[in-house]
Amino acid sequence: MATEQKRLTTPLSDKEVTDLRIGDIVLLSGTVYTARDAAHKKLVELLEKGEKLPIDPTGQIIYYVGPSPAKPGKVIGSAGPTTSGRMNPYAPKLIAAGLKGMIGKGEMGSEVVEAMKKYKAVYFTATGGAAALIAQRITASEVVAYEDLGAEAIRKLMVKDFPVNVAQDCYGGNLFIEGVKKYKIEA
Amino acid sequence: MRELQTKEITSAVKRLCMEANYYLGEDVLNAIKEGLKKEESPLGKDILQQIVENAEIAAKEEVPICQDTGFAVIFVELGQEVRVVDGDFNEAINEGVRQGYTDGYLRKSIVEDPIRRKNTGDNTPAVIHLEMVPGDKIRIIVAPKGGGSENMSEVKMMKPADGVEGLKRFVVERVEKSGGNPCPPVVVGVGVGGTFEKCAFLAKKALLREIGSKHPDPYYAELEAELLEKINRSGVGPQGLGGRTTALAVHIEAHPCHIASYPAAVNLNCHAARHKEITI
Ligand code: SF4
Repeated sequence: MATEQKRLTTPLSDKEVTDLRIGDIVLLSGTVYTARDAAHKKLVELLEKGEKLPIDPTGQIIYYVGPSPAKPGKVIGSAGPTTSGRMNPYAPKLIAAGLKGMIGKGEMGSEVVEAMKKYKAVYFTATGGAAALIAQRITASEVVAYEDLGAEAIRKLMVKDFPVNVAQDCYGGNLFIEGVKKYKIEA
Repeated sequence: MRELQTKEITSAVKRLCMEANYYLGEDVLNAIKEGLKKEESPLGKDILQQIVENAEIAAKEEVPICQDTGFAVIFVELGQEVRVVDGDFNEAINEGVRQGYTDGYLRKSIVEDPIRRKNTGDNTPAVIHLEMVPGDKIRIIVAPKGGGSENMSEVKMMKPADGVEGLKRFVVERVEKSGGNPCPPVVVGVGVGGTFEKCAFLAKKALLREIGSKHPDPYYAELEAELLEKINRSGVGPQGLGGRTTALAVHIEAHPCHIASYPAAVNLNCHAARHKEITI
């Protein structure tokens, strides 16, 4: 289990993904797309019908977030991660379509891990509840699809030094298991 | 009888919704800072540091601590000598929520039906717990509750034979199984006794107690301390990624119960443990 500080800029290459290990602390910059349950449902429906997606997932990262409304003069409202496990049924299909990373909170399921191993993708966690801090690392935000979904619309974000941790890597490494094991004190 | 205008209730609720979401309580912040001193995991330290910094930014800029500004759970203790006049009491509260969440730039996270799931657009209705008490005052507590931690909560109808050990196992396992989902470090609310619904209510109410305060009954004070220690030995840590700081506090509310029953509930709250109150 590493604790390395890295800087990465999207889109991510296979090489960049395969270099990451659980425990790495990463400062991300570049473009990140947002989507939650409702948007995922729509994206996967399009994939199943073989239709074109409103965003090209190749090399990209999806951030599981539904921000609060922006105050006047702000780029975005508070914007911390939501629970990733709810996206378990959808994430493998997007990974197969070229997605290289996801950002959320909590653990992702085995179906996602299999897809991450097969297609080389990585799962990052951001600090749940650190939503005002994260918002400061977002320099631009634009709704690019499903505006009608409100907080759940797909946004294209520009981020600068967005703090994330590698929680599950493309080798099946899982910090939710390894990290907890390391600090557990047996009774 | 003291008369109280509904518009006073509305404006109080509005303000409390905003304040609860912008300003993290001193007690919570102090507990997180304490955790930071003891945390051994470098990643855990980094996360706790972010949480402290986040609270400072939110307070300074008056933006929500967390984007999930929650379900507006509202506890009202209404003095029996107060007469609410000039409108509908429940509607006055909901109007306060509506205004607070709209004018305060808070997220609207409520759907009008659990199956058909259309957003109500203004975060109403609130969940209102009304209790009548002696006196001529009204105490209103607004406790916005996030979905992530709420979803990791549980009610269990244990058997009297399960004893205190059964309760300990239930509470500790609930936190362990939740992993990173409720955004640890968490506050653990435990309701024990009463009936099926009563213990769930008590578990939620337990979250309102000040962190660092001792249970008035020494038996429960000791049990709380033991549970907190056990949970913090679990290794779950900040965000479930491993570490020592898994919970900030365990609060228990007990209630008399039926000879055949032993109900218990665990309501988890995230580190964004929000509640603000006013007495009018
Ligand atoms: S569990 Fe709490 S801190 Fe985490 S995202 Fe939900 S409301 Fe925010």
